[in-house]
Amino acid sequence: MSPPRAPPRLAVFKLASCDGCQLTLLDCENELLEVTRHLEIADFREASSAVIEGPYDVALVEGSVTTEEDRRRIQEIRASSSTLVTIGACATAGGIQALRNFADVEEFRRNVYPSPEYIRALATSTPVRDHVPVDVELRGCPISKHQLLELISALLTHRAPDLPHDSVCIECKRRGNVCVLVARGTPCLGPVTQAGCGAVCPAYDRGCYGCFGPQGTPNAPSMIHRLHELGMSRAEVSRVFRTFNAASPEFRRASEGEAREGESS
Amino acid sequence: MTERTVAVNYVARVEGEGALRVRIEQQAVKEVELRIFEPPRFFEAFLRGRSYLEAPDITSRICGICPVAYQMSASHALESIAGIEVRGPLRSLRRLLYAGEWIESHALHIFLLHLPDFLGFPDAVHMAEKHPEVVKQGLELKRVGNQVMEVLGGRAIHPINPRIGGFYRCPNREEVQGLEAPLEGALGQAEATARFVATLPFPNVEEDYDFVSLRHPEEYPMNEGRIVSSSGLDVPFERFEEEFQEQQVPWSNALQSRTKEGRTYLVGPLARFALNRDRLTPKAATLARELQVPAPVRNPFQAILVRSLEMVVAIEEALRIVRSYHEPPEPFLSPPTPFRGGIGRWATEAPRGLLYHRYEVGADGIIREAKIVPPTAQNQARIEQDVRHLVERSIGLGDAELQDACERAIRNHDPCISCATHFLQLDLQRD
Repeated sequence: MSPPRAPPRLAVFKLASCDGCQLTLLDCENELLEVTRHLEIADFREASSAVIEGPYDVALVEGSVTTEEDRRRIQEIRASSSTLVTIGACATAGGIQALRNFADVEEFRRNVYPSPEYIRALATSTPVRDHVPVDVELRGCPISKHQLLELISALLTHRAPDLPHDSVCIECKRRGNVCVLVARGTPCLGPVTQAGCGAVCPAYDRGCYGCFGPQGTPNAPSMIHRLHELGMSRAEVSRVFRTFNAASPEFRRASEGEAREGESS
Repeated sequence: MTERTVAVNYVARVEGEGALRVRIEQQAVKEVELRIFEPPRFFEAFLRGRSYLEAPDITSRICGICPVAYQMSASHALESIAGIEVRGPLRSLRRLLYAGEWIESHALHIFLLHLPDFLGFPDAVHMAEKHPEVVKQGLELKRVGNQVMEVLGGRAIHPINPRIGGFYRCPNREEVQGLEAPLEGALGQAEATARFVATLPFPNVEEDYDFVSLRHPEEYPMNEGRIVSSSGLDVPFERFEEEFQEQQVPWSNALQSRTKEGRTYLVGPLARFALNRDRLTPKAATLARELQVPAPVRNPFQAILVRSLEMVVAIEEALRIVRSYHEPPEPFLSPPTPFRGGIGRWATEAPRGLLYHRYEVGADGIIREAKIVPPTAQNQARIEQDVRHLVERSIGLGDAELQDACERAIRNHDPCISCATHFLQLDLQRD
């Protein structure tokens, strides 16, 4: 397609996160300059000191809401963006920092901080969707470069992005991996985890650890049963669901159930 | 006007969220505060209660730019508890992975974050309109670094393949040999980069840094070495916490480090180069001589030149390892049983400088305590000093020019604010 006269304005914002998902845009080394011919990068502080005021056609938001300031900021971002896309496990599920959501606050408080009064943080880390309506979510810790480019192409051509909700197992079959769960008995969250990564862990002889979060219709009880058969304790199973998407509803239920059962047995 | 405040509300082209406040009174600089408002994420708090085997995956999420650094410092520290020593070809593979991260991270900073300052553009995209070949070269170098990480780590950001004891799967010979041609191309481009950045107009500035880095008996330091400094320190890395102390300041969500005598210090490329110049790889050493790079480099603006030389080091090291690669017999070493637990410490050289980890692990393999000191937290107080000196020199500038100059002074050190802020202990303000 030929570039339109006024290219859409893209902004990239960051809340609590590691910067890895916005780095994925800069990691599109072969495509970056082509992409910027079709889009105007209006606000991307990690990459540019030139800032164009909103409104924006598209905002990519990385990170989770963990401070009062960011709770306010996400409202402003939503108000100034026609399409709001959350990118990565922090923005879509609260990220690894949502482990605080499970913590006993008093136990944390006993950790003496030299001057805690300087530090401002909410008791929870929450996904952007809990605060404002979100138009598209890109999963993953980090997101996939291919899905990001697919999203940008779809936005530029006014079509829906092709972002499958099926499991990592489907990608594993496509890649021709031997199933690590069936053939080797390696614990693997592939059956309950959303596709998008390209089944990278099984391709490296490792079980999936769920960094793309729950797939569309996860059968967590059956997954948990299989993990127990492979010799994992309830504490271990609880932990495997408590990583980068710990606060997603399906993984949270799975880890809380296992933690509860573990304590009562 | 007797009082003046210069504020940079959001420092652009750095990783993470930071701001700067400078207060000037009667033409004298009263306060310089590098305010890190990046929200704390409390990694050290939630590492407690996790299996030691999970630490490489979890700590990598501290930083999307340098995840391998966290995986390496964590793995070595925990392996020292488990009684594992990774040697031979597995050690070489780790060095190859780390070299990939240095190439990617340095290329990102040199071309996308730092060079626009020297050529007068707000970013690399605008710079590409005037200097397309330079930007393409930078993106190609970055791509090759990422390619090394993809082959060794499975992916470039948050690699999945490294683990305690080595790797889940070692790449076969063919996969590794596939890196040779791209790395050879990158070597020429990295040398050209160093020659090009050596011609940039550098402000005439010298700072009196106390440099701190690792030093290895044979290699340019990455995965191990003693801690040395330009003021004569030379101790095993286990003594890090006795030699350096962290303190909290009210304006920052990151702790600041100082030497035990209370002095600021600098880690990162300038420090490594100053303390390891005799460990440069052959082409990097020749290039440093050809370009008459001073030893040490005390001009912070010339960090771009030192980063370019380090990129040559990383590519030469990567090529050496790729060319002699044989697949190791086992992808990882298992801990000798029984696991007894204990305390483990380690330091490695992240692209931005020395990264220290300490863990206490129970006999059940569960982490009891974790402490992580990233490079940017250590450099924070020293960066404030750089800014203070800059403002003192340039006090006659207007606000906009002064703000711009301050941002450049910060960017010289490639601060990674996401890293610096991960480690605060939790204080919760109830919703």
